[in-house]
Amino acid sequence: MPISRLHEIVAALPYLFETGMTFSLTLTALAAALGLMLGTLLALCRLSKSRLLSLPATLYVNGMRSVPLLLVIFWFYFLAPYIGAWIEHSPTPVQIGAYRSAVITFSLFESAYFCEIMRAGIASISRGQTHAALALGLTARQTMIMVVLPQALRNMTPALLTRVITLFQDTSLVYVLSMTDFFGAANDVASRDGSIVQMYLLAAVVYFAICFTASNFVKSFGTARHAH
Amino acid sequence: MNYQWSWAAFNDLSPDGVHTYLQTLVIGAGWTIALAAGAYTFALLLGSVVGVMRTVDSKIARGIGATYVELFRNVPLLVQMFLWYFVLPELLPKALGTAMKQMQQPWGQFFPALLCLGFYGTARIAETVRSGIRSLRTGQQQASLALGLSGFQAYRFVILPQAFRIVVPPLTSELMATIKYSSVAMTIGLLELTGAARSMQEFSFHIFEAFSAATIMYFAINSVVVYGLMLVERRISVPSSGRSSAAPALSMTETGQS
Repeated sequence: MPISRLHEIVAALPYLFETGMTFSLTLTALAAALGLMLGTLLALCRLSKSRLLSLPATLYVNGMRSVPLLLVIFWFYFLAPYIGAWIEHSPTPVQIGAYRSAVITFSLFESAYFCEIMRAGIASISRGQTHAALALGLTARQTMIMVVLPQALRNMTPALLTRVITLFQDTSLVYVLSMTDFFGAANDVASRDGSIVQMYLLAAVVYFAICFTASNFVKSFGTARHAH
Repeated sequence: MNYQWSWAAFNDLSPDGVHTYLQTLVIGAGWTIALAAGAYTFALLLGSVVGVMRTVDSKIARGIGATYVELFRNVPLLVQMFLWYFVLPELLPKALGTAMKQMQQPWGQFFPALLCLGFYGTARIAETVRSGIRSLRTGQQQASLALGLSGFQAYRFVILPQAFRIVVPPLTSELMATIKYSSVAMTIGLLELTGAARSMQEFSFHIFEAFSAATIMYFAINSVVVYGLMLVERRISVPSSGRSSAAPALSMTETGQS
């Protein structure tokens, strides 16, 4: 590789990380937090005895899980202005912006996957815990919030974190909306400088380093927990 | 807040001048199925090899298997797709690279996408196969070796037949995942189902008709796959071999990529 090319890459690094990586990580964090909240609610709905709650939740989760993320991204990107108009009673579509649209899309999509993890987590808590909590005089709601969910969350932490790593990788798909996440930034530089090979390889190396480190952390976390 | 829904849009002629939009969507679904089926077959074959490599005694084989899986699991699929399509032809010898770039329209995108999804799926299936083998008791292998089977024979006749039956459910969800992530091929210009819907949206402005049709087609493909594999599962499941032993394999793929 000629020296000038190396120089170009180094010059592009601030843009790649300050603009691109910040965007990727923010989107991941927001979508993970919102998705986990919504996913837990969905899991509770799915486990509810009321068909009125469990049926829509089941349809939502299975529906989300049978279409590709890219299709969901497109759906919401184009649908959002109409939903905005409907909420604000505006006669014309309301622009909500690509960023907010992406956050909402990823949260909605991930919630279906988080729901399944949380459902498995709740099922992994022995019935004795619920019986004991109820016998102690806790209400059903208190039992769920104070006894079952904290344990389910702890049991499922490795699975949830693995899913967040997947989410981080998936955020690269905002490329189709021409947003400047880490890969989008690399792509910008690549097409500006004509350095496709270097930039795409650099992106791959950076993603690998982050995800490999993170998944090893999750792995060691899992084994440390089992050792107790 | 006034969207004009029009069923007639599906009958309009698409920009290719030959097919209606509905036909382009059906052709797109065909590419999705072809791509997913090809990539899944490829991944199942190579993934079994890599999965077995991760369970054998040889340290070198285990190392190669582990490196492969880590490498392909930790890079986003989109980036891998771009590496196969844009970067590989540049790194190959000039004649071969030019030949790749000059391949005819759908094939020039189809083959890189097939390789990308195949190698990517290999890493995921390898993990599933490994967890299936791991869930068998080590006694199985020791008993087969004690009976005089070679290491190869032990895998071929004793371990793999049992391991594969245990991991049929996660392998099923892997096929459905392959169908879903084949949509990433649209980013390199393959007009598979999502790409066809996107193109209809771009040219006809009938946004929601296009995406609704694609969604329904994905649902339909999924239903057929679920039903077909349920039949397979019923045929080959071992009545006594407990679901409980398959639990680790299941929970692992639950958290897999979409």
